[in-house]
Amino acid sequence: MAIQILIPTPLRVYTNNQDTVEAEGSTVGELLSNMTNEYTELQKHLYNEDGKLRSFVNIYLNDDDIRYLEKEKTPVTSEDTISIVPSVAGGSCL
Amino acid sequence: MLMLRSDVDIDIRRHGRDSYPEESCGALIGRDGFVVEAMRLPNLMGEEARRHFLVGPVEYQVAEKRATEMGGQLIGFYHSHPDHPARPSQTDLDQAWPTFSYVILAVQNGEPGTMTSWRLREDRSAFDEQAVSVT
Repeated sequence: MAIQILIPTPLRVYTNNQDTVEAEGSTVGELLSNMTNEYTELQKHLYNEDGKLRSFVNIYLNDDDIRYLEKEKTPVTSEDTISIVPSVAGGSCL
Repeated sequence: MLMLRSDVDIDIRRHGRDSYPEESCGALIGRDGFVVEAMRLPNLMGEEARRHFLVGPVEYQVAEKRATEMGGQLIGFYHSHPDHPARPSQTDLDQAWPTFSYVILAVQNGEPGTMTSWRLREDRSAFDEQAVSVT
């Protein structure tokens, strides 16, 4: 079951400049895993050294942040669209 | 090299002054490294806004949509460092996105000063400084 994943501007260089890619999976976690298996350079920008999604990486199932659903275990169907949406943060000191 | 249209340079500096002593932040919109709009965005850090900035996902999507509507692209983001040098911090590095230009404006005692631009190294180990030109 191929599901669309919307790619934000800074990551498109790793998806052959596509703003949308497709991946298979029945949960958000499976989809993202299959996507990074195909587009391997995405891995280090989405996940930290512990294999967890980075805190400034937001994953939406349609209009809902998966943090408020079942996180990476959130089930998906072919009707759904996944979006990777950055937060942008920083500052002058730790 | 990152090129800023002269009004963009003025807008970023004005925003840094207006926000002092808090950090300003916004999106850089243009094409092929030439920025034609500095889009002000709210700093969502609340009480920590003097030392940190945050552009949330909703505001990010607004900026990306604006860039698309203009027929351009999101080139990066700017923020100010009140009473700190225009150099990226460890916080900036930890949370940086690849390919974006990160413009930092030093604001000393409320007055905008040095402006620099940085891009995340491919292995995420550091930033590399990028020349800035105002045209």
